[in-house]
This record gives sequence, C-alpha cells and structure tokens, in this order.
Amino acid sequence: MGEYLNFHYDVDGENFVSAGQASVELKKTLRRLGLPPETIRRLSIAMYEGEINMVIHAGGGEADVDIYEDKIVIVLKDHGPGIADIALAMQEGYSTATEGVRSLGFGAGMGLPNMKRYTDEMQIDSTVGEGTTVTMTVYLS
Amino acid sequence: MTVKELSDSFGFSVLTMPEPEREVRGGYAGDLLSWVMGRAEADQVWITIMSNVNTLAVASLSDVSAVLLAEGVTLEPALIETAEQKGINVLRSGDSAFRLAALLGPAV
Ligand SMILES: Nc1ncnc2c1ncn2[C@@H]1O[C@H](COP(=O)(O)OP(=O)(O)OP(=O)(O)O)[C@@H](O)[C@H]1O
Ligand SMILES: [Mg+2]
Repeated sequence: MGEYLNFHYDVDGENFVSAGQASVELKKTLRRLGLPPETIRRLSIAMYEGEINMVIHAGGGEADVDIYEDKIVIVLKDHGPGIADIALAMQEGYSTATEGVRSLGFGAGMGLPNMKRYTDEMQIDSTVGEGTTVTMTVYLS
Repeated sequence: MTVKELSDSFGFSVLTMPEPEREVRGGYAGDLLSWVMGRAEADQVWITIMSNVNTLAVASLSDVSAVLLAEGVTLEPALIETAEQKGINVLRSGDSAFRLAALLGPAV
C-alpha cells in the first residue's frame, strides 16, 4: 500500500458551538502536504459535515484519517442512535435536527448528500441503538 | 476585483479584513450552512444573515473570499477576532441579501 500517515481525532459531543476542530486540523495538515486546493476543500467540507453530524445527531465520536500515496480515507465512528433508514437519510432535505440546531444554520438535510458529492466513495454502516460508521474515500490522481 | 476594492466601491463596513487582496469571483447567497458548503465555490463572496462561529468555520472550509453580512447583522467581538486570526474577511451592510446580490452581480 506504500507509506501512509494516520491522524486520529476525538470529536466532543458536548460542544457543538465549537465543532469543526478536527476539520480545521485536517485542512492544515492537507495544506502542509501540498495537496491541490480543490481536493483540500472537498475533503475538509466532507469531514466537517461528518463531524457536525456526529456532534448533533450522535453525541460525539471519533475520526480517523488515513493518508496514502494515492488516496485519503476518512472514517467517522460514533456510538449514537444509529440511522434506521439510510436511503431516506441520504435524501436531500431529510433532517431530524432540532429547532435549536436549525437556528444555528444546520438541519437543511444536505450534509450526507454533500459528503457523497465531495468524495469518490462513501459507505454508511449503521445499527440502530449501536451507532454509525461513515467511510469516505478520495483518490489522489 | 479584490475584497478591498469591493468593500470600498460599495461602502460596506469592514468588521475585519485580514486578506484585502483576495480576488472575488462571483457570489453565493444563503443561510443554511450545508447548502452553502454544497453550492458556494472557492473565491466567491458569501452573502448571509447567519452570523455565528459556524459561519466562520464554513467560510474557512469553503474558501470563500469574504463573508458579507446582510440586513445590518453583526458579529460579536470575540468572533471578529477569530475571523481575523483565521484570515477570513467579514464585511457588513444594512441592505437585504436580495439587494446586495443585485448590486454585486454585475460587479463580480
Ligand atoms: N452520525 C449520525 N447518527 C445518527 N443519525 C444521523 C447521523 N448522521 C446523520 N444522521 C441522520 O440523517 C439525517 C440527515 O443527515 P444530513 O447530514 O444529511 O442532514 P442534517 O444533519 O439533518 O442537516 P445538515 O447536514 O444540512 O445541517 C439527520 O437529520 C439524522 O437524522
Ligand atoms: Mg448534517
């Protein structure tokens, strides 16, 4: 597989006002590695959407980013309520966000669709009552 | 046109302008953050009335050249500081998002 770098982030579920820490760190790291700006942009947005989802829907979680020579893999893992109907959750506009979360600008139901759009592959594994793991891959050409 | 030129020519208030020479190419208007992340493009000016810490995160991750707060909305002093540190230009106007988009459309 060649050389790779791994970054691990704990995503705090209590504080969603300051959520986004891991995405900001990732963006800095990708900049240091000299990736193209548009690749950095796609990855950081996908990471942020996933991070925010873990905070507002799952009480926090963990993020692992593996950087290989030819691809970057982001794994977001939480022990929240899980997603009962993944196809429904993937639909643009579907959201269970609370009023409080909506007043901050989230809850458009566009996060998961954005994560799919901005990455080359996305997989959601979820069990109700156990949690959700989202895996996103971006290939570097 | 640069952010500074845009701000000067339309008389916007400057909350912070750490990157005055950034080029503005087009714009996007919206308040729902995931719409902005999905639709706005790098270097655009982002017109919004959403003014909180998440606005700054989205501005930074989306790589917009400036946030233009409409309807006289402002940003609390601690967040102005954050924006400055993160290199995010934040401008402000008393006009509506509709009016601002109409004004800026032909210019950027
Ligand atoms: N990690 C998660 N755990 C549990 N449910 C989730 C998780 N991520 C997403 N969901 C469910 O999927 C729905 C759609 O997610 P999506 O990110 O597309 O929209 P949103 O978070 O509600 O709003 P937006 O992302 O536009 O701010 C959520 O409202 C929630 O019900
Ligand atoms: Mg979301």
